[in-house]
Amino acid sequence: MLLEILTQANGVSGNEKEVRDIIFKEVKQYADEIKIDKIGNLIVHKKGIKESKNKVLFAAHMDEVGLIVTDIDELGFVKFTTVGGIDKRVLVSKTVIIGKNKVPGVIGAKPIHLQKNNERDNTIPLENLYIDIGADNKSEAEQLIEIGDYIAFNTKYEEFGDGNIKAKALDDRVGCSILIDLIKDENIEYDFYAVFTVMEEVGLVGAGPAAYSINPDISVILEGTVCYEMPELDSHLVPTKLGHGPVISLVDRHSLYDYELREIAVNTAMKNNIPYQYRKTSSGGNDAGEIQVSRSGSKTLAISLATRYIHSTSSIINKDDYYNTVLLIKHLVPILCEGEKNDRF
Amino acid sequence: MIDSNLLKKIVTTYGPSSREEIIRNLIVNEIKEYVDEIKIDALGNLIAHKMGSGKKMMISSHMDQIGLMVIDIDEKGFIRFTNIGGINPNLILGYRVRFENGTIGVICSEKLEDNDKLKIEKLYIDIGTDGREDTMKAVKIGDICIFQNEFIETEKVIISPYLDDRIGCYILIETIKNITSNSYDLYFVFTVQEEVGIRGAKTAAFSIDPDIGLAIDVTSTFDTPKNEKLSVKLFNGAAIKAMDYSLIADKDIKNSLIELAEKTGIKYQIEVLEHGGTDAGAIHMSKSGVKTGAISVPCRYIHSQSEMVSKDDVKMCLELIKLYIK
Repeated sequence: MLLEILTQANGVSGNEKEVRDIIFKEVKQYADEIKIDKIGNLIVHKKGIKESKNKVLFAAHMDEVGLIVTDIDELGFVKFTTVGGIDKRVLVSKTVIIGKNKVPGVIGAKPIHLQKNNERDNTIPLENLYIDIGADNKSEAEQLIEIGDYIAFNTKYEEFGDGNIKAKALDDRVGCSILIDLIKDENIEYDFYAVFTVMEEVGLVGAGPAAYSINPDISVILEGTVCYEMPELDSHLVPTKLGHGPVISLVDRHSLYDYELREIAVNTAMKNNIPYQYRKTSSGGNDAGEIQVSRSGSKTLAISLATRYIHSTSSIINKDDYYNTVLLIKHLVPILCEGEKNDRF
Repeated sequence: MIDSNLLKKIVTTYGPSSREEIIRNLIVNEIKEYVDEIKIDALGNLIAHKMGSGKKMMISSHMDQIGLMVIDIDEKGFIRFTNIGGINPNLILGYRVRFENGTIGVICSEKLEDNDKLKIEKLYIDIGTDGREDTMKAVKIGDICIFQNEFIETEKVIISPYLDDRIGCYILIETIKNITSNSYDLYFVFTVQEEVGIRGAKTAAFSIDPDIGLAIDVTSTFDTPKNEKLSVKLFNGAAIKAMDYSLIADKDIKNSLIELAEKTGIKYQIEVLEHGGTDAGAIHMSKSGVKTGAISVPCRYIHSQSEMVSKDDVKMCLELIKLYIK
């Protein structure tokens, strides 16, 4: 799957070039217009044989959560801080890739033998973690990396179990992959826009400028979203379930998704026997938050894949969810493009 | 004089954030004869234009309400929900709620060891049904309900849920209906999604591109037992905003409002609020920036089912706006 190439590439927020280059190469021949804006968003316009009544935008973000180098100490150990919302408890002993030279490293900490009781019981604070790149001293390390270099997790893409995929950065390379599928699909007859945004993970930075220049009527945000299932949880505390189909958002910290678009998505899923589920938490947010309030405003819909262990070094999605999401989106394109104009009178 | 019938209608009509259609249609019907043009934008803001030769002024009140959105219906038919806007779980326990289709429910809590640890996820709505199928005949996931309580008018006050900010909508409607002469080019905006982060005012201000912005909303009072930190009080007149969390009011607008009130004997007070914001917060940052102020109706118990405003304060706000737009 292309998803393997996309997730093996590194694109921590603000440093999306490697991912963007792959996407650019993939979609170039299918795009009627393709450009990279000043902030780094990749914007694609695909003209169809049919004109769309609504200007429809599909959006996925290219960036992933990661780390950034803040200092190199006398022993050549690399100090770092987080980029985007990372659960600091998952960092110890993970392998990483640093900077343009793709220097491998291991996140190190005091071994358990030497930890005092209170240290064992608590999360190791970021300042007590460091990355070991195998350098002997500061100057040796400085030849390999520099302060400000981005650090991505070094996680191998693997397919396992009953159609599951393990990889890093599935949030939101999975959205990028679906969007690439959409652009490549020669059967789609309608005119539409696609944007691969930058810096979503650090505050929806890229989406606003992209929406400002595209000025869409309707936007569909394709995402990887939070998934957590434990047997003891009451059903209302399970946000999404792996393998239960595309996830339709109701509300999150930034958006109340358009009611009519939500209904269209649900009805389209039901009509075509595509499983679907609602996102049952109001935490988190995505590019819709900025897109909906750009200029005079527009309607938004978010369709996501349930992604276990999101924002960690290894997340998991399900292939059936992937294909069902692609299917649902493809069914939605003509309906959204042909639909009534925004005008409510 | 307050038109109690109109106010009651406005305050009790359904319209939580993102589902403002019904209240919007009601307002359109009230004002359409009195304005030159009415527009509704993609997010659902109602923009009413009353032409004038002077500078462009945007006057905004939000029509959305806080509410509760259904996220789950369990096998027994109990409804779980998330908050739409600022909701205090301790406050709403025992409230009655109403869905768009009229279905009534009661907010209850799971049996808890420690009631101080009440969280929204521990609460549920009971609509008196027997099982999931039965509940789903009336309510589905994604539906939003609002607080259901009586509208009460006494000699001095109005008590009702959703005076925030339907009292502002009422003031705007009355202002529109009573315009005799206006020196400004007036845009009255009934905004959407204020309660979830001042979203509607942002897009409306972008479209209108006003020279002057004015928000009409409620503000908290500090005149109740052990709550005397700030100065705004019920019955002390229209509150002219100096500052809140979203805005430092333009000093020219603030000063001319004060001057007007002084000159005409309108009872007023200056409002400084530490938390909370209004549409003004979004308007003043729109495009290249907009000189923006706000007039607030002092309101006790905001975001509860028994918000309380003084009829006299409302009258003072109405008078002040009427004079300001002349």
